[in-house]
Amino acid sequence: MPSLGADMEAGTLVEQLIAPGQPVKRGDVIGAVETQKGVIEIEVFEDGVLETWLIEIGTEVPVGTALAVIRSDDEVAEDIPPEPQKDVQEPVTAKPPPAQVGTRPRITPAARRLMAQMGVDAADLDIAAGETIARVDIETRHPRAKPKPQADMRTAIAAAMSRSKREIPHYYLSHTVDLTAADAFATRTNAGRSPEDRLLITVLYAKAIARAVGKYPEFNGHFKEDLFHPSEAVHLGLATHIRGGGLVAAALLDAEDQPLDALMASMRDLVTRVRAGRFKARELSDATITLTSLGERGVDQLYGVIYPPQVAIVGVGTQRMQPVVHEGQVTARLAASLTLAADHRVSDGHRGALFLRAIDKFLQEPETL
Amino acid sequence: MSRHDVETAIAEELYRIAPDIDLADVDRGADLREEFDIDSMDFLTLVTALSKRFGTDMPEADYQQMRSFDALATYLQTHTS
Repeated sequence: MPSLGADMEAGTLVEQLIAPGQPVKRGDVIGAVETQKGVIEIEVFEDGVLETWLIEIGTEVPVGTALAVIRSDDEVAEDIPPEPQKDVQEPVTAKPPPAQVGTRPRITPAARRLMAQMGVDAADLDIAAGETIARVDIETRHPRAKPKPQADMRTAIAAAMSRSKREIPHYYLSHTVDLTAADAFATRTNAGRSPEDRLLITVLYAKAIARAVGKYPEFNGHFKEDLFHPSEAVHLGLATHIRGGGLVAAALLDAEDQPLDALMASMRDLVTRVRAGRFKARELSDATITLTSLGERGVDQLYGVIYPPQVAIVGVGTQRMQPVVHEGQVTARLAASLTLAADHRVSDGHRGALFLRAIDKFLQEPETL
Repeated sequence: MSRHDVETAIAEELYRIAPDIDLADVDRGADLREEFDIDSMDFLTLVTALSKRFGTDMPEADYQQMRSFDALATYLQTHTS
């Protein structure tokens, strides 16, 4: 029985969604417990096979009591766990099990939420008495419950961002960067060019980040199985707003290897495809760090939420003329706020600050990018 | 080229980028990027398409003359024979 809040002392197992002998994967919901705060789903944290349930449905047990035995994939098949000792595991306050089997269907909390969202009534569904109904069953049984693509995207964002905020201890840094040189470089470069060959300042941000992570590899890679795996290549995710709602952060693959003009062509191609809903699975799964830029019509500053399993996201606020001390004088200069949200399991603020300063330095010398 | 033809061409290219915005609902004298909710990448896509269509370069230095739908139409009319 997991502790779902410091004030929780006990909980009642109300759902068993996985039968003994079935395989489970990390992140699977295997059951649900009723607490004072409502019904909360129980996830597993390892891959394996659910050997046996130790607690019956309807039983209230104190926090810390084992609910089930899961044999992990690493354990050899011969290693059969001992029989649960029923007398030792006797729950403190055994209630008579509610009328669950053979009378009314059990509907998982996720399925109940989906039904509520879709306005689907349990009576509309062909559910056998005693059957367990999960979210996926609702979708297959009720055509109206099929979520729209837009809703799918929101669901995906919700899942990734919730996981990020649950698992990643973010820290945040901010730095004002003078963009006079970068803007002048883009203007100069674009002056003689036809529109299809013009640069956007965003590509300078992208290239500066790709160059800077070469020196600060702890911001580029994936955090998996309690370990950070730095990446040699820089697959720079570009947080791209989708018309009508939503966000996709597909990657500019091998951004560090591409000269500026090639990177700009890749960026145009990627953004066009993402907005048309056509991108490769690799472009989504392989991003090693993300850039999120508010563009011309945003606000001063944004602090990103890291896309798991990545460990950093760099934000650029809207550039505007602002008072900056330049060569001892307060003058109006084109500037923007550069921010970093990074994973404290992998890096510290000191290195994060050096990383942001490295990006700044590259933006002051755009011709070297 | 007539004003009508220029406006039709702009409307067609804008529709490719922002199909959710109805031209009848926008203020043609107001900021194009605001009215059509387009970012700098969308604007570059628009300029690229119009530049090809009208055979004119539409340099970045002239972007200030293309701030609204009406201004863009006037610009294109002036810069194409």
